[in-house]
Amino acid sequence: MSIEVSRVSKLFGDFVALDDVSVSIPTGQLTALLGPSGGGKSTLLRIIAGLEQADTGRIDIEGRDATRLPARKRNVGFVFQHYAAFKHLSVARNVAFGLEIRKTPKDQTADRVHELLKLVHLEQFADRLPSQLSGGQRQRMALARALAIQPSVLLLDEPFGALDAKVRKELRDWLRRLHDEIPVTTVFVTHDQEEALEVADEIVVINNGRIEQVGSPDELYDAPANYFVMSFLGPVTHLDGKLVRPHDVEIHTQAPVPVAGDTVAGGATGGAQQTAAAGPAVEGTVVRTVRVGFEARVEVAVAGADGADQSVEAVLTRAEARTLGLAPGAKVWLRQAPGSISIDAPAAAEPRELVAAV
Amino acid sequence: MTTTAPPVAAAPEAAATGLPARRRAGRRAAPGSTRLTPTAGVGLGVALIWFSALALLPLIAVLVETSTGGWPVFWSTITNAQTAAALRLTITQALGVTAVNIVMGTLIAWVLVRDRFPGKRALEVLIDIPFALPTIVAGLVLLTLYGPNSPLGVNVANTRAAVFLAFLFVTLPFVVRTVQPVLAELDKSVEEAAASLGASPFTTFRRIILPALTPAIAAGAALSFARGISEYGSLVLLSGNLPMRTEVTSVRILSYLENGDQAAAAAVASVLLVVSLLVIVALDVLQRRVVRRG
Repeated sequence: MSIEVSRVSKLFGDFVALDDVSVSIPTGQLTALLGPSGGGKSTLLRIIAGLEQADTGRIDIEGRDATRLPARKRNVGFVFQHYAAFKHLSVARNVAFGLEIRKTPKDQTADRVHELLKLVHLEQFADRLPSQLSGGQRQRMALARALAIQPSVLLLDEPFGALDAKVRKELRDWLRRLHDEIPVTTVFVTHDQEEALEVADEIVVINNGRIEQVGSPDELYDAPANYFVMSFLGPVTHLDGKLVRPHDVEIHTQAPVPVAGDTVAGGATGGAQQTAAAGPAVEGTVVRTVRVGFEARVEVAVAGADGADQSVEAVLTRAEARTLGLAPGAKVWLRQAPGSISIDAPAAAEPRELVAAV
Repeated sequence: MTTTAPPVAAAPEAAATGLPARRRAGRRAAPGSTRLTPTAGVGLGVALIWFSALALLPLIAVLVETSTGGWPVFWSTITNAQTAAALRLTITQALGVTAVNIVMGTLIAWVLVRDRFPGKRALEVLIDIPFALPTIVAGLVLLTLYGPNSPLGVNVANTRAAVFLAFLFVTLPFVVRTVQPVLAELDKSVEEAAASLGASPFTTFRRIILPALTPAIAAGAALSFARGISEYGSLVLLSGNLPMRTEVTSVRILSYLENGDQAAAAAVASVLLVVSLLVIVALDVLQRRVVRRG
């Protein structure tokens, strides 16, 4: 394990940023720290980098105790959300900074800088000032600067957070390819679940200063450990007292025949369960349909347990929606698709609190 | 619109550097463009009139006054032993004070921006007092504190130290006030980036923070120097104005004027003007060099 975080806690005044967190970051992989803002993920990253001190606990980097080591002695590459460019230095000298500090011979530094600028596709901008670069280019420069010192781990704090959606997507793909080329242990912080699912080998979900789940993108998506993880990893809706994904809600225009079958329990209590067979359907009325691109979102009002109407969201393809002839006011039956996963919804009040925390 | 760069010429270069041609051409054209919007025109006009009336005309008047005496008067004035001594004293003391201010002003600004301590607000206000006080009052205060009857037991009256002290007193706020806002705006993550790349706190200060502060320090130093060489009120009481020893240029100019020798007074003033200009230019050159070196 490249980074071992053991029992780390951190308080900012009364605010608990990290509460007894332990996690192992595997060597040579791309790990995402995923969670809502204020959840503690950036604090954890900064503690690993030595930019913040843990109140209690221990950090080992490559088998060496780094808990009390200052940032400059950790040999860690750090990339900041807002680039942290050295504004008065050219792009090449920004990248060379760490090598100059290490008193690397001039010709070696020049070679390495050239190589890195080529890697991040900035070789023709070597003599520009950072202010003459776009946001995406500046972040690539920052990445080259961090890689120049051949860090034992590379840490990225919301690296694409300040960029617009299109550039963000490009850089995300590029980071993945770059990592396959230079497999340095990389940890990046993000609040964007799509970014984490798409780029990372492993995801650590952090919320309220605690780790909710650690696993590969597939594990997290197919077997979320709890209500929070499932609701954070994508859209969810409530159906018949269960948390399900809207695209796992089947819509029927006639009452379907229930097929007997057991639910297969997932992991721990409160974890995901997989439905083996189609259960009984719930009757409801279509309230509204919205078409977004290729998908159609259908909002259905269902009578809840307490008599009040509950809103269930279902997502289907445009063609399906057209075949079913769904229009506001239509009577429909909803049920969870066979083979899909669900989590027992906690008491009625709780979901709202969780959503508010996000 | 006389010097717009032809976009065709700009295009190949832009392609080579990877910048969109349109943007490059636009940037190229901007400095040559003389088109002003009506509001900008009015603004520029007002600024020019204001500047001319308050600064340019008086400056020219000084030079004209100097030239009426002709070269011989000018030369004999500034080579006069007493005047030359006053010029030497004023310029060296002002340079020394500026050097001290560069260090102390930056330090005080640092403390005010980066540290939290009780009484910070009060100090913040006190910094400007030397600047706000009428200089003759400042002179009186300095004489009481550091004169023959000093309650502190420090007597610098009638010495060159008195000149230095008075200069220090009145120029205290300049560097502090120019550096403070720049320091407050500095992005902390830049320092963290330097640290993560292996830089020690000192190296981070020298290579990252200092270049960012240098333009502000230079501006404050220029102000402080200019204020120093023109100082009168705060030092006349304490320095004793001893010819050849503690007499400064402004006192010298005043005595020329009192003797009705306007041309000589103007000649000394012109020298001060040129020296100020040289120092300000030198500071700017130095500043650019520090920033570039990083």
